[in-house]
Amino acid sequence: MGFKRQCFALYTLMHKECVRVVRIWSQSIIPPAITMTLYFIVFGKLIGDKISMAEGFSYMQFITPGLIMLSIISNSYMNVCSSLFSLKFQKSIEELLVAPISNFCIVLGFAGGGIFRGLLTGTTVCIISLLFTKLQIHSWFIIIAFSILTALTFSLGGFLNALFAKKFDDIAIVPTFILIPLTYLGGVFYSINTLPEIWQRVSLANPILYMINGFRYGFLGVSDMSVYTGFAILTAFAAALFCLNVFLLHKGTGTRT
Amino acid sequence: MKPPALKVEGLTKVYAPETVALQDVSFEIDEGSFFALLGPNGAGKSTTIGIITSLVTRTAGQVTVFGHDLDRDRTQVKEMIGVVPQEFNFNIFEKAGDVVRNQAGYFGLSRDEARQRSTAVLKKLKLWYKRHSASRSLSGGMKRRLMLARALVNHPRLLILDEPSAGADVEIRYQMWDLLKELNESGTTIILTTHYLEEVEKLCDHVAIIDKGRIVEDSPLNTLLAKLRSQSFLIAVENGATPQATRPLPNGTDAYKITKIDNHTLEINITAVDMLGDALNKLSAAGIKIKNITNKTNRIEQLFLNLTTRQ
Repeated sequence: MGFKRQCFALYTLMHKECVRVVRIWSQSIIPPAITMTLYFIVFGKLIGDKISMAEGFSYMQFITPGLIMLSIISNSYMNVCSSLFSLKFQKSIEELLVAPISNFCIVLGFAGGGIFRGLLTGTTVCIISLLFTKLQIHSWFIIIAFSILTALTFSLGGFLNALFAKKFDDIAIVPTFILIPLTYLGGVFYSINTLPEIWQRVSLANPILYMINGFRYGFLGVSDMSVYTGFAILTAFAAALFCLNVFLLHKGTGTRT
Repeated sequence: MKPPALKVEGLTKVYAPETVALQDVSFEIDEGSFFALLGPNGAGKSTTIGIITSLVTRTAGQVTVFGHDLDRDRTQVKEMIGVVPQEFNFNIFEKAGDVVRNQAGYFGLSRDEARQRSTAVLKKLKLWYKRHSASRSLSGGMKRRLMLARALVNHPRLLILDEPSAGADVEIRYQMWDLLKELNESGTTIILTTHYLEEVEKLCDHVAIIDKGRIVEDSPLNTLLAKLRSQSFLIAVENGATPQATRPLPNGTDAYKITKIDNHTLEINITAVDMLGDALNKLSAAGIKIKNITNKTNRIEQLFLNLTTRQ
């Protein structure tokens, strides 16, 4: 199958995944909107008003990029993870495995759905944040690049999780025990400069810290670490996960008997 | 010389150190053939199909489809195959029309081509009016037809059907048979696994029987049927079965035996095909009018049982 036909196959899969996100809007759009509204009210308004931040930003302004990123991370991850696992569970993954669509396109197609959901919820949270604070934009390029790269990375992470998952419990383990703790400790609600030195060093091992700080830089123009390092880490993670997923799909891990 | 539609050589599949699903399975299917792959549950039919369709990895062996090696030219091989699996495996949350159209897309068809192809197969399989229904809401027979529609949307040269009529009612099964005959006559090579052995006798021209992971029979249907000498017929009689009819022949032949089942039914067991006429003549001579004759046991079924040692 030539390049053009692979593109049609990729378009079909990506379109199907995006349509799925819209079809399940009550699961994909509404819950993050409600959760983030509560975050803005509780952490931003009720508690945030009593916290003063440096460099002339309110606490609400500081946490907003982190909360947007939080929804992008969790939604892109869970979208691909649940969609792929659901196909495996129903065995409808066989529709793709018997077709000549390449493994490259399969991974990219699912990632496309994850990116779509991540950006959709990210945009929703961004709109909600405007009800509570005034957003300032330092660099559109950095905001868009970080959000797409982060959504891609976590979509690919969700794909990997779903490949290995054998039961529904398995798709909840990584988000509950790894993803959420790393995100909360990744500087959504605080600057690592407020931590003791030892914890600052420990925090540097958390890749999510770089994503959130890079994204925050796009809005506020301030970051705890280098934006370029964040880009490099994100790109490396995305590339490694993409290659790993294509390789595992080729090997048939989690998909073929 | 044309390459065979499918050539399987030395296929072996070991699931765990002690679970051997296939042992050195080899067979060949000519282009245009209607091939039955039979076997009891767990014999290795679905594993064989799974390997051919890239759903199961094999331990050893080689698969060639229309001259293309499955390992070297996997994409080309996939392009030529359509498969209807045993279990429903479409996304139950998708609409019936989307299931077929998306499958066309996965085969690299543009949205317009995919729409045209899916419309054609859905109409052909009488599912067009259900295109907007969620696939989970379809009846069992409709789901079977939906899977067939999905398998046909890429115009496969080799169509693999793993128990396609399981659970379908008689009418749908007959409609499916007509469609499969039509497809085969138009040049599509078909592999069929089924537990309805009547289906095999009606549709197929070649039969392979697999048991405990090994091919135990691989012959044209006619050759296979010729191997079966004994047959039983049920005769419905009009004016009552008399004791005279069931008496042994004067010449003492044991080529057939007539037994009274009830006052209106006789059973004839013959051990040579050409003796059925003699037996019927004897009944006529005894003044018995025959209303109807039916084959008591399906011949393929008989053979199947003989070969798979389940009798």
